[in-house]
Amino acid sequence: MPVKFEVNGKRVEVEVEPRLTLADCLRHKLRLTGTHVGCEHGVCGACTVLVDGAAVRSCLMLAVQAEGAKVVTVEGLSRDEGLTPLQASFRKHHALQCGFCTPGMITTAHALLSEEPNCDADRVREVLSGNLCRCTGYISIVEAVLDARTAYRRRGGGNGA
Amino acid sequence: MSTTAPKRASNLFVGSPIERLEDLRFLTGRGQYVDDLAVENMLHAAILRSSVAHGRILSIDSSAARARRGVHAVITAADIGTVPTIPLRHDPTPAIRRFEQPVIADGKVRYVGEPIAVVIAESAALAEDALEAIAVDIEALRVVADREFARKDDIILFETVGTNVPDTITAVRGKADDAAFNSAPYRRREHFSVQRHAAVPMEPRGLLAEWDDANARITVRGACKVPFTNRRALAQMMNLPEASVRMVEYDVGGGFGARGEFYPEDFLIPFAARLLGRPVKWTEDRRENLTALNHARDMECDLEIACARDGALIALRAHACTDIGAYVRTNGATAARNIAQVLAGPYRIPHVRVDVSLVITNKTPVGTYRGPGRFESDFCRERLFDMAAADLGVDRVEFRRRNLIREADMPYPLPKVQVLDIESECDSGDYQITLDRCLAEFKWAERAKLNGKLIDGRHHGIAVGCYLEGGGTGPRENVRLAVEADGSISLFVGSSSVGQGVETVFAQIAADALEVPMERINRVLHGSTDYVAQGFGSFSSRSIVMGGNAIGDAAQKLRTLIREAAAKRLQCQASDIVIDRGMAVGPAPARAAIALKEFAGLCADGTFASAKRTYSYGAHAAYVAVDAKTGHVELIDYVAVEDVGRIVNPLTLHGQCIGAVVQGLGGAFLEHFIYDENGQLLTGSFADYLMPTASDFPQIRAVALEDKPSPLNPMGAKGAGEGGIIPVGGVVANAVAAALGSLGVEPRDLPLSPPRLWQMIQAARATCAAR
Repeated sequence: MPVKFEVNGKRVEVEVEPRLTLADCLRHKLRLTGTHVGCEHGVCGACTVLVDGAAVRSCLMLAVQAEGAKVVTVEGLSRDEGLTPLQASFRKHHALQCGFCTPGMITTAHALLSEEPNCDADRVREVLSGNLCRCTGYISIVEAVLDARTAYRRRGGGNGA
Repeated sequence: MSTTAPKRASNLFVGSPIERLEDLRFLTGRGQYVDDLAVENMLHAAILRSSVAHGRILSIDSSAARARRGVHAVITAADIGTVPTIPLRHDPTPAIRRFEQPVIADGKVRYVGEPIAVVIAESAALAEDALEAIAVDIEALRVVADREFARKDDIILFETVGTNVPDTITAVRGKADDAAFNSAPYRRREHFSVQRHAAVPMEPRGLLAEWDDANARITVRGACKVPFTNRRALAQMMNLPEASVRMVEYDVGGGFGARGEFYPEDFLIPFAARLLGRPVKWTEDRRENLTALNHARDMECDLEIACARDGALIALRAHACTDIGAYVRTNGATAARNIAQVLAGPYRIPHVRVDVSLVITNKTPVGTYRGPGRFESDFCRERLFDMAAADLGVDRVEFRRRNLIREADMPYPLPKVQVLDIESECDSGDYQITLDRCLAEFKWAERAKLNGKLIDGRHHGIAVGCYLEGGGTGPRENVRLAVEADGSISLFVGSSSVGQGVETVFAQIAADALEVPMERINRVLHGSTDYVAQGFGSFSSRSIVMGGNAIGDAAQKLRTLIREAAAKRLQCQASDIVIDRGMAVGPAPARAAIALKEFAGLCADGTFASAKRTYSYGAHAAYVAVDAKTGHVELIDYVAVEDVGRIVNPLTLHGQCIGAVVQGLGGAFLEHFIYDENGQLLTGSFADYLMPTASDFPQIRAVALEDKPSPLNPMGAKGAGEGGIIPVGGVVANAVAAALGSLGVEPRDLPLSPPRLWQMIQAARATCAAR
């Protein structure tokens, strides 16, 4: 069946099977492979994307449920050249190694900082505890997110990545 | 061979916290992992896996599945003919080789998750749908669900072999016999165990195989860790010349020892691609990943030490047993070998004998996982040391200090692994320095006042432990450096990337060795079999030691070529030419400079060979608070100090250490593959198999030193990827024991999950009350 939604600011119309997850739709139909699939049961958070501003596990959502929604993936939170302040902070703090969980971390952190640019370390840990990373031990990720808060404060939240 | 490390002053990049090159693509969603690939005409595979742990396959009827819409083939053992087994990559004793895994269940199934059939269809969904249409009739056999039952040999997994014990690996130093123990003033013997858990990288495995019929050539995308070794194995199994097999490495979402070994799918997917003449892609889902990818650890150990009254160790002996699951996989004996070799750790113990039996059960086969055998060994040894120190009234720190190998003892031999004839020795180090630094960073003296105290309703405890990390495994590594048309340098290397940052650290090393700016190293091409004639991959903390020193060799040769070419042009001696900031500069007074692009086309091959391993070392300390009412342990502070010989990138090294510590904490407190008596995995999802999250262990500190370079390579480098995990289980278990000393709780088994620790506390209280 056809589904129409917006991805990273562009309107798309895709023909999908009703059972296709949003994650698979983004990856294999729209070729937005920055969104990763790590567990397909909603635990690891690698597939996190923004749906109407909220961080959502795209492996637990069907593509057809995205009808009319605004979806943003890690590609949509990136610039053509260089890094956003959030991404630069991840790089500076070495908050990634293999990079597989990273898009989910970026989207999750972006949703958090957009809403709560003054969040403290405990809040960052609480929110990120829904995303598994096997490489870093998380400490550098928490530091990176905390360090990126200033960029979101400056822009008054919103799409400040 | 040079034994002095180059002076830091001449280096710009090695030793600096350079931000990673890889990050630019990973952070923007432009990484390319194997499941991101799509090619024309591609078909998809799904694998039917056994739901029975032990049974005889009576029949497989795949006709209904074959008839399904979109299904192109169903492959079973019968379609393959003579089913090949997967060759051992490490330690292939004849005894162990009898237990190699067939690439698809051949008459019998021996673990839940074993591949029985492969469906190839138009889409992954259609392939998965068709799995349920395959009718497999399996006569269930009695399941061998644990070590103890396996060793009785009542039920045999491999009837033709006649035993469930493939081999026993023994390592010896001195003479740890009854005489040594009977004459000792003090001895203690205890039984320990470490649970089955695993590497569990975040990216599930995947492969994309393409058969080129015109040239009879197979390309396999998604290789990593040891692509060259796997090329050899696949070529043999597919009856192709090695040159007709191409392995291509993409971004890899974590390895930790498990990913990149040769698994059944590494044959099945290329086989399907050749059979159908179409590209075939397979992506593992997490459920199958947890029963298909190598498990690890799962050992028990009966350990005894003998010492003098002052704590000076005299002898150590042990019988350990590792449950290696249903088959011996590529490196299934490595953990056992390591246990034999390193159970004695970084300590001077004159007499050592360790026997490690490998036992077959109806579970997922095991392989190496970061610090294989070392994590397990350290837990057992360090626990027993704390018990012995308490018995003897010797301070725990003093006990270790007294027994650590001294710098004057170097090189100090590890126990010799007998059947495999492996000899190794600690290459260099001052183990007291890392211990002292760890205690200082940790503020041991201050915190010792809290040890064993009940504060605000929780029991507080501290502990410290020492370890060795073997790295730099040979035999060699190969590198090619080439000057490109734009004057940039391409670096080709046989080392592999599993997400650890080799592109960055290799670019740092190459830039320094060539004395060019780092951005001149525009491509670091690793892993794939296209790049160098023979590569050896990334395992056993070898990439910087082997690949890094090979870069040094290639750079020296390329510099010579550039100097010779420049000298010819400037009509001077090659020795007059200086390479500076990416230019070849002639002698004074003219100092004519030639840009590197003028030398486009020059290239040099370099190699580094070593038969000796490096040994990094260090000490970790932990401070915990235990809630006796719930069994919950809070890790209040954790300090890791290591000496890695030579630090290339402090940022990535720090990341390796912290990440490894947290993985170790997962193994110590959380992660557990639990099987029932029918061989069914009860913790086969991320809801049940618990890994550390961002809120679990927020306080970990790591310090890296480079006081004692390795004498075995020009860089002075030692391995650095695994040290962080090795001592964790022992250190935190000792901290928990120290916290609960008043209750008499002595952890002997991991994991220390809240329910298990709570039960131990209850049992200790009951014992106390009974007295």
